[in-house]
Amino acid sequence: MKPRLAASVLILVPSLALILLLWPMLTLASAPLIFNDSNQEQRFQSLTEELRCLVCQNQNLADSDAPLAQDLRQEIHDMLMDGRTDDEIRSFLVDRYGDFVLYRPAIKGNTLMLWLAPALLLLGGGMVVAYNVRRHRLTDDGSVFEPEHTDQDSTP
Amino acid sequence: MMSRVIPLVLFLLLAILLAVGLTIADKKTELPSPLIGKAIPEFTLPVLGQPDTLVAHSDLLGEPFLLNVWASWCITCRVEHPVIEDLANSGKLKVVGLNYRDDPADAQAWLQHFGNPFALILADEAGRTAIDFGVYAAPESFLVNAQGQIVFKQIGALTQEIVQTEILDRLNKGELQ
Repeated sequence: MKPRLAASVLILVPSLALILLLWPMLTLASAPLIFNDSNQEQRFQSLTEELRCLVCQNQNLADSDAPLAQDLRQEIHDMLMDGRTDDEIRSFLVDRYGDFVLYRPAIKGNTLMLWLAPALLLLGGGMVVAYNVRRHRLTDDGSVFEPEHTDQDSTP
Repeated sequence: MMSRVIPLVLFLLLAILLAVGLTIADKKTELPSPLIGKAIPEFTLPVLGQPDTLVAHSDLLGEPFLLNVWASWCITCRVEHPVIEDLANSGKLKVVGLNYRDDPADAQAWLQHFGNPFALILADEAGRTAIDFGVYAAPESFLVNAQGQIVFKQIGALTQEIVQTEILDRLNKGELQ
């Protein structure tokens, strides 16, 4: 390696590492939220993790740096300090933004398909497998499945 | 015979599912508002440029109006501006602005530059009232009837077509009283 290249790598790598290390501090520079106790903080964490950021729809409120997410975190913080329950806070957001704001929507009429689909797909897949297994059994006269020998792998 | 048909049918079903998914994917970012059919949320906000003049939600009732959420930092609002201006100039419907998370001086400069189509502008600097309206981007528009109920919500820029089909047609049919 040429000396100049080595020198620039020596400078570049540590400075990149430093930037990566300090990144959380740089992006979360907004005023920190103060809680009365760790239980409150715990509830805040779990609430913001299961609520969706509406601006960047594949992030939750805890991870998003969008201005609206900051506002909503502040709002949730204020409601927690006000002594409101988790359910009250969730319904505050659902009343305004709809079920979409919840990563774990409640089971009701219009979300039923969402909850049942995985089970239905599993059931359908299971039926296909069962059908195939049964069909093979029938054609094989109930004998245990063994790979058919071909010319190539015939043993001497 | 069946063993050849079943995978084909499954494939076709999957292809249909994919096609449907892709066509609704464009619309998926636009969320249906749970506020449709409900009364507008309560608020008291200062008028833009007149911090001492407060307007409450109840002051707006009695006639239908369009509440347009905009900001000077919002690029799409510039695209939408001529449409809002046309609607306001037609005199058919009162257009109220909600200046969202904006610096008042920037907002005033924006209006100077592009023109002010609004009968009244409420300043929501903290974005607190916008949360009650379920706003998550600008521009958004709310069509409110004379009783103060939200009849229609547009997320993103209004176009002449949407103004005609969603707003003026309702107005002409007398649905906004």
